[in-house]
Amino acid sequence: MDFNFTEEQTMLRDSLSRYLANTYDFDTRQKTVREGKGWNPAVWTAFAEELGILCAPFSEAHGGLGGGAVENMVVMEELGRAIVLEPYLSTVVIGGGALKAVGGAIADDLIPGIIAGHVRIAFAAYEPQGRFHLNDVTTTLKGGQLNGHKAVVEHASNATHLLVTARTGGAQRDTGGIALLLIPADAAGITRRDYLTVHGTSASEVYFENVAVGDAHVLAADALPLVERIVDEATVALCAEACGVLKVLHAQTLDYAKQRKQFGKAIGDFQVIQHRLVDMFMEVEQAVSMTMMATLKLDSDERAAAVSMAKAKVGKAAKFVGQNAVQIHGGIGITQELAVGHYFKRATLIENQFGSVDFHLSRYENLTLAA
Amino acid sequence: MDLNFSAADVAFREEVHAFIRDHYPAYLHDKIDEGEEMEKQDFLAWHKVLHQKGWIAPAWPVEYGGTGWTATQRYIWSEETARADCVRLMPFGLSMVGPVIYTFGTPEQKAKFLPRILSGEDWWCQGYSEPGSGSDLASLRTRAERFTGDDGKEYYRVNGQKTWTTMAQHADWGFFLVRTDPTAKMQEGISFLLIDMKTPGITVRPIITLGGEHEVNEVWLEDVIVPVENRVFHENKGWTCAKFLLAHERTGIAGVAASKRNVERIKDVARNTADGGESLLANPFFKRKVAELEVDLAALEYTELRTLAGESAGKGPGPESSLLKIKGTEIQQRLTELALEAAGVYGAPYFRSMGEGDNSFAVGPDSARRVAPVYFNMRKTSIYGGSNEIQRNIIAKMVLGL
Repeated sequence: MDFNFTEEQTMLRDSLSRYLANTYDFDTRQKTVREGKGWNPAVWTAFAEELGILCAPFSEAHGGLGGGAVENMVVMEELGRAIVLEPYLSTVVIGGGALKAVGGAIADDLIPGIIAGHVRIAFAAYEPQGRFHLNDVTTTLKGGQLNGHKAVVEHASNATHLLVTARTGGAQRDTGGIALLLIPADAAGITRRDYLTVHGTSASEVYFENVAVGDAHVLAADALPLVERIVDEATVALCAEACGVLKVLHAQTLDYAKQRKQFGKAIGDFQVIQHRLVDMFMEVEQAVSMTMMATLKLDSDERAAAVSMAKAKVGKAAKFVGQNAVQIHGGIGITQELAVGHYFKRATLIENQFGSVDFHLSRYENLTLAA
Repeated sequence: MDLNFSAADVAFREEVHAFIRDHYPAYLHDKIDEGEEMEKQDFLAWHKVLHQKGWIAPAWPVEYGGTGWTATQRYIWSEETARADCVRLMPFGLSMVGPVIYTFGTPEQKAKFLPRILSGEDWWCQGYSEPGSGSDLASLRTRAERFTGDDGKEYYRVNGQKTWTTMAQHADWGFFLVRTDPTAKMQEGISFLLIDMKTPGITVRPIITLGGEHEVNEVWLEDVIVPVENRVFHENKGWTCAKFLLAHERTGIAGVAASKRNVERIKDVARNTADGGESLLANPFFKRKVAELEVDLAALEYTELRTLAGESAGKGPGPESSLLKIKGTEIQQRLTELALEAAGVYGAPYFRSMGEGDNSFAVGPDSARRVAPVYFNMRKTSIYGGSNEIQRNIIAKMVLGL
């Protein structure tokens, strides 16, 4: 058992943490949100060129640091601490994860581009009718033509490539007959409706109409097991982001409870507030533990069950810590002025991203609790 | 004890139902369906219809313009208006300052203000909270100094800052808690003033909340001159009015009828939302949460009915109204959590296009529209009207004697 970071991982965390503290303060982030593009390209370039974090989970052969899931966890927690908008999760964790998994010429071709910052990938898997079910796919790939509609594709508007699930055979919810494609985002026949999400990133409804897809664009046929693995890796990375978000929510609330005076004393002197802050602290600590556990089990047989356990626990923590951070701040917590409200928004969206608490509890039950 | 409605009550429900069907401004439904923001004239449109009918203030005594309805009739009324998705009436005049004025006001104040509250001519706001006085409201520092004007009349000069003032941007009048005796013990040096919001020295600044709404404001008062006859009740006894008003606010705050309507809405949404080959309402987790909500809502409803029955027997709302506030707001918040969860991946869009001139296209099902902003917004309910922590303190002290 070893829960310690290596020297390289510690350096990665510290340099990213320092960089974000110096350049990605709350006001700068909000300026990007107000500009309405859902990200700041200059930040992405800096991530690639100044910081070199985009290479963290890739092999040295591809120009990376030789890291993996732990490096993604380290990066994502720091990005969560600053509620960073830019597409590390979709491009590096999901897109990069898919390319690493399939390997070959396409990985050799595109991973260096991810590391350099000019290849960006959006994940188009969920569908309007499909809720959180990755096997519920009506988008079809037939005779080399892609047709369908993908829902709430985050960062599609700034992506160079789309990672798409499409049905090549079987019925709507069959687990077989789903292919994983990687296609240029500007291919003929792709249209988008772009909008902002509640926490300030961009997302899109993506429509495919007779998009020509050659064999070279098919990363894997019968790919649902691979897609589930990629989404599990992404879910754990999202849990790590949540840990960063929740740590800041707790720290800011603790700080506020010490400063804010009512009835002649700091509100943190009242036992009801003390116990609430303790309960929040316990939720954060358990979220961190579960995130580490699941990260370390990604390559084991227990992967799926471990990830669903982690996401269920983190989802609950996100709700409890977010709601109570706002409650203890009082009115000021629900204004746009203070950062705490924006961390609360991010924590709230994380609850349902890649599946709600109920979804993951059900998945855990189905995997482990046969009657 | 009898839970059944009398024949007269059934007839009353039919009368109310028909009236709403025939007289509710239809364009308001369209506006709500389109997700458009309600403006002052929209709230007033329904207000004026009810005023004309004489049904604008069911809770008021008949002599001041009330309807003389029984508690059961009032219950039927709130159920029917919620069921028909009527816009809510602004509470600041009708439910807050109105009752204070008819309970504590002078004959002149009653004659001047009550008819204009009923007609909707005056739009009111509430100047209670201050940046340093939230839960600890009695520590408020907005100062009102009394002086004799050049005309020989008595005035207050008011200086200070109020915050979380809902709808102050539209208000004609505000009721303010101000400190008239800085030497007295906290609750004892406070007075209750009615202030014309057009008085020189008042500045209203917007506060934008997480869903992007402009509901609340900061109100700055700088040498605002207020005639002494605009004080309600005795000087330095304003806390009596404040407490009375907060207890009134708490009963309305339970929002049972609206929550019942929202439970139905969520069941409809869940019935029509696919989840792995079945409907979301068939998902045992989701269904159980809906069932728990219905049980808790029934418990709240019957507790409120018991409280209201006590009130119409002449007891008036007491500290037990804190129970209604706590449980009512918790249920309202859980409803928004379920709506967000039901929306699935479509909870994330903010519905603001990134393109030009394309501001309101719908993404995903209509039922998912604005679920996240509404969820964020409704966090206010466990904070306002005395936070739920403060309500528990009230029950501990006033009901349990702890």
